Amino acid sequence: MNIHEYQGKQIMRDFGVAVPNGHVAYNVDEAVEAAEKLGSDVTVVKAQIHAGGRGKAGGVKIAKSLDDVRTYAEELLGKTLVTHQTGSEGKEVKRLLIEEGCDIQNEYYVGLVLDRNTSRITMMASEEGGTEIEEVAEETPEKIFKEVIDPVTGLTPFQARRLAFNINIPKESLSKAVKFMLGLYDVFVKKDCSIAEINPLVTTGDGEVLALDSKLNFDDNALFRQKDIADLRDLDEEDPKEIEASKYDLSYIALDGDIGCMVNGAGLAMATMDTIKHYGGEPANFLDVGGGATTEKVTGAFKLILSDENVNGIFVNIFGGIMKCDVIAEGIVAATKEVGLTLPLVVRLEGTNVKEGKRILEESGLNITSADSMANGAQKIVELVK
Amino acid sequence: MSVYIDKNTKVIVQGITGSTALFHAKQMLEYGTQIVGGVTPGKGGTEVEGVPVFNTVEEAVKSTGANASVIYVPAPFAADAIMEATDSEMDIAICITEHIPVQDMIKVKRYMEGKKTRLVGPNCPGVITPDECKIGIMPGYIHKKGHVGVVSRSGTLTYEAVHQLSEAGIGQSTAVGIGGDPVNGTDFIDVLKAFQEDDDTEAVIMIGEIGGTAEEEAAEWVKSNMDKPVVGFIGGRTAPPGKRMGHAGAIISGGKGTADEKIRVMNECGIGVAETPSVMGETLIDVLKKNDLYDKCKTH
Repeated sequence: MNIHEYQGKQIMRDFGVAVPNGHVAYNVDEAVEAAEKLGSDVTVVKAQIHAGGRGKAGGVKIAKSLDDVRTYAEELLGKTLVTHQTGSEGKEVKRLLIEEGCDIQNEYYVGLVLDRNTSRITMMASEEGGTEIEEVAEETPEKIFKEVIDPVTGLTPFQARRLAFNINIPKESLSKAVKFMLGLYDVFVKKDCSIAEINPLVTTGDGEVLALDSKLNFDDNALFRQKDIADLRDLDEEDPKEIEASKYDLSYIALDGDIGCMVNGAGLAMATMDTIKHYGGEPANFLDVGGGATTEKVTGAFKLILSDENVNGIFVNIFGGIMKCDVIAEGIVAATKEVGLTLPLVVRLEGTNVKEGKRILEESGLNITSADSMANGAQKIVELVK
Repeated sequence: MSVYIDKNTKVIVQGITGSTALFHAKQMLEYGTQIVGGVTPGKGGTEVEGVPVFNTVEEAVKSTGANASVIYVPAPFAADAIMEATDSEMDIAICITEHIPVQDMIKVKRYMEGKKTRLVGPNCPGVITPDECKIGIMPGYIHKKGHVGVVSRSGTLTYEAVHQLSEAGIGQSTAVGIGGDPVNGTDFIDVLKAFQEDDDTEAVIMIGEIGGTAEEEAAEWVKSNMDKPVVGFIGGRTAPPGKRMGHAGAIISGGKGTADEKIRVMNECGIGVAETPSVMGETLIDVLKKNDLYDKCKTH
């Protein structure tokens, strides 16, 4: 799960990790009020959307007066920002972070991620702050330093010091940088983060070490014990179809094609998309109905697929292991009737109770094309949507 | 011979009184798996499906001599269940549970370092040695006893591969689902190594998907260490970057973990990769024929 920058900074503040003073604003008056409260010479007005690259897209403004703040707030609120992470449709700005400006001396990068090879959390740091870390990794990998963290001890002070020295943090700021890194690790572990990225981390004229930006992502599987994080979910930032899918406990991802897919199992769902593509079609979505699909779930899945107006046909691919084919067949029949499906529907059933499942589909009198393998089904649906 | 489990494996079911666990315990018993006990804290002394229930894994092991555990405990408590199985020195603990928090698994992996127990999973379909022992949630009837090892990150895609093999008369020695999570116990290389050492396995099919670099590392390992033929398939060629495709570990991030890169490395390492999932079986059969193993692997 993603949250906004201002929310991430509040969490860091709660853990004693240094961030500039700032307040969230939902409208222009709140923005000016927030700037007044801060009382700083320079105020930064930052668009809050769940995407990186906001600075380059014109979503970050430096205001030298309250009038400036008002002008920029008026300009940004309601504006659609297009960054390299939003896609061409962009994202509408509905919230602003009004933040104290600071006297930046140097910019650095500090991040925490899971390293899959070691099954440990790794802290990465670089003196190439302000640029995408992927770019740094590509062009000057020697400028990225890593510390693999033992979960028993957590990030140790010597590791944080080593990183700080390696990225050339000035001596007078060293202990503050170490404190920052230890604090960030603390946030990561206690709040079940999946990514924590501070880019840039800055040192200031008066020796402070501050997070100028904050990107915190959280492990969805741990939200059951992070209720305060779950409450920060901003539905405006999510695909409405993906929100709908989560209500039915379906795993759904919208794609650009015209063939809707409904599959059990994530691996098979990906493989089904690949097969459609192989036969010249374009999948409209990834959809895993999971192991225990009920009629309600199948109906929900159908509705979801059909809510995408690009869809011209549906391919259902089920390998019933524990899920029985007759149960899924009944679900398909009920769902087809309920939503009044008129688009071509190809169903491939295999596995437990497959004969019974096929009989139910045949006897339903509905216009369902049956397929005897994944390849066969993909070919049929590609043909039918032409 | 087989890999990890066989007819002598004695299994306990952790979380046996839950409805999913109970359903699968029945299926495993019907398949012929020796389920010798179950564990649910607080329900010790009772019995389900003719199987005694214990309060702790330790107690279950003492009373039954179990050497394997299958875990269906709900996600918030699953990490603890794995550690409990490890503490009782099980040979193998197979964790079916999905949605375990990553940080729990990081701790579990650290806890298990230097200990005896092998973890398979979590978020996996389990392990099956056809006609001998089925531990997990896979449909038993699609499997056939034979000489091809199967290792996979995905459940239903494994069934697809096994089904294609069985239909073509090619049986399996053991099928191992290693699971779709970014932090898991047994990895591809562990299983490939076991298959290489297993007298009953003649060839291997390895099914991967987008995310991470486990397939690339496994391919390099195969190139330097394996003389048995290996074929593969990678799911998610059409997956967009930055989106988790159902499995927690199936995500392309920072340009890493794409299917094309995995396929390229596998091909370079001499692993034939099936173009589509529908030809996983065919791809393997071609390789068996080229290596004069077809007649040996074909069951009649």
